[in-house]
Amino acid sequence: MSGLILDLLLVIALLWSALRSLMTRDLFRAVVLFIVFGLLMALVWARLHAPDIALAEAAIGAGLTGALLLDTVGYLRKKQRESFS
Amino acid sequence: MRNLFNVLVIVLSAALGLVLIGVILESPSPARVRLSEEVLMQIDASGVTHPVTAVLLNFRGYDTLLEVMVLLLALLGVLAQMGKQKRKNPPAGFYLTEPRMQVLLWLARVLVPLMVLVAGYLLWAGGHQPGGAFQAGAVLAAAGVLLNLSGLLPSWIEPAWNLRAGLVSGLLVFLLIAAAVMATASPGLLLQYPPASAGMLILLVEIGLTLSLGLILAGLFLFLSGDAIDDEADK
Amino acid sequence: MSGALIYACAGAVLFVSGVAGLILLPHLLRKILAFNIMGSGVFLVLVGLGQRDGTPDPVPQAMVLTGIVVAVAATALALALVRRLLSLTGKIQFPEEPEGAGRFWKNKQ
Repeated sequence: MSGLILDLLLVIALLWSALRSLMTRDLFRAVVLFIVFGLLMALVWARLHAPDIALAEAAIGAGLTGALLLDTVGYLRKKQRESFS
Repeated sequence: MRNLFNVLVIVLSAALGLVLIGVILESPSPARVRLSEEVLMQIDASGVTHPVTAVLLNFRGYDTLLEVMVLLLALLGVLAQMGKQKRKNPPAGFYLTEPRMQVLLWLARVLVPLMVLVAGYLLWAGGHQPGGAFQAGAVLAAAGVLLNLSGLLPSWIEPAWNLRAGLVSGLLVFLLIAAAVMATASPGLLLQYPPASAGMLILLVEIGLTLSLGLILAGLFLFLSGDAIDDEADK
Repeated sequence: MSGALIYACAGAVLFVSGVAGLILLPHLLRKILAFNIMGSGVFLVLVGLGQRDGTPDPVPQAMVLTGIVVAVAATALALALVRRLLSLTGKIQFPEEPEGAGRFWKNKQ
């Protein structure tokens, strides 16, 4: 029973972070919410008895993809600042 | 007109979602094919004891081979786009004087050898517990990204011969082992490891894959971040 | 209704919201985010549906492992293309087509 409650809470948090990531106005906040989504996915994989996928999702899915996206957001901001100055 | 299109797309995708959920809830439980039991029955012939590693590197080794090729293709695509960009290298004097960068530098210098150790452990442990080449390669790539963000490793522009050799070595080791096995032990069958030496072959392939994957994944970040807007580094 | 089935349904919802986001959001970086969310939804359906009765199944887990690594490679390539598009056109959205250029049943030439 408690396992089912944990699953429901994780699913609600997962869907909330994914939908907010798609709908928020600020790009940086969208990327940060996407990283949160990736880490929650790692928890979901651990709940699904898949520890290999949890390791890979935390390192690659949330970590590397998050680093790539944040780097691009920084590049975009710098480019915007340049085109306005 | 635009709002009507938006509403239509949202309604249609909600309908698709409901149909998918209905299909998922209604699907019958698998009666005949039980893949997990089949894997457990054949796991002694695979050379490792962890079922996911056995599936990834022995039973479906062809998928892993093609996956490394796809990764290399993506890296080639990234290299093709980042043509003649300038290097985003901070001048060395800048970093050593700021106090918070001192903490980052110290942290990077302490953490990276530990990460290499963790990667080696994950590679070795992949045979009998969760771990394996992909997780170890991801930790190595994270070490590379940490070194770049703390200024100790400059962004990559054009790979030299040793970097190129490292990037390709995993795929080459895999292909060599596949060719050797096909030539000697099981002629005509691709990636059919003989059960006696399967463990050693899988370990060799995993070592090559870890090194190569660490370099490829770190390269995906480091080649991409080498973009400078103007000559900021030269100011 | 086991736990894995709940995750499979959540994966379907993630996939569908990713599709809607991919179509509706004009900013290219947000399209990449929506694409990644779609991919994660598909992985959840793959593993959740295969483990309906609770026993961990290594075959879909290995496929999802492969899928995660390929998704990060595709994201990196997409980000490289976005940077190139930005440096070439100065815009971060797809260029709008002029009237009549994209229609195939009117101007055939």
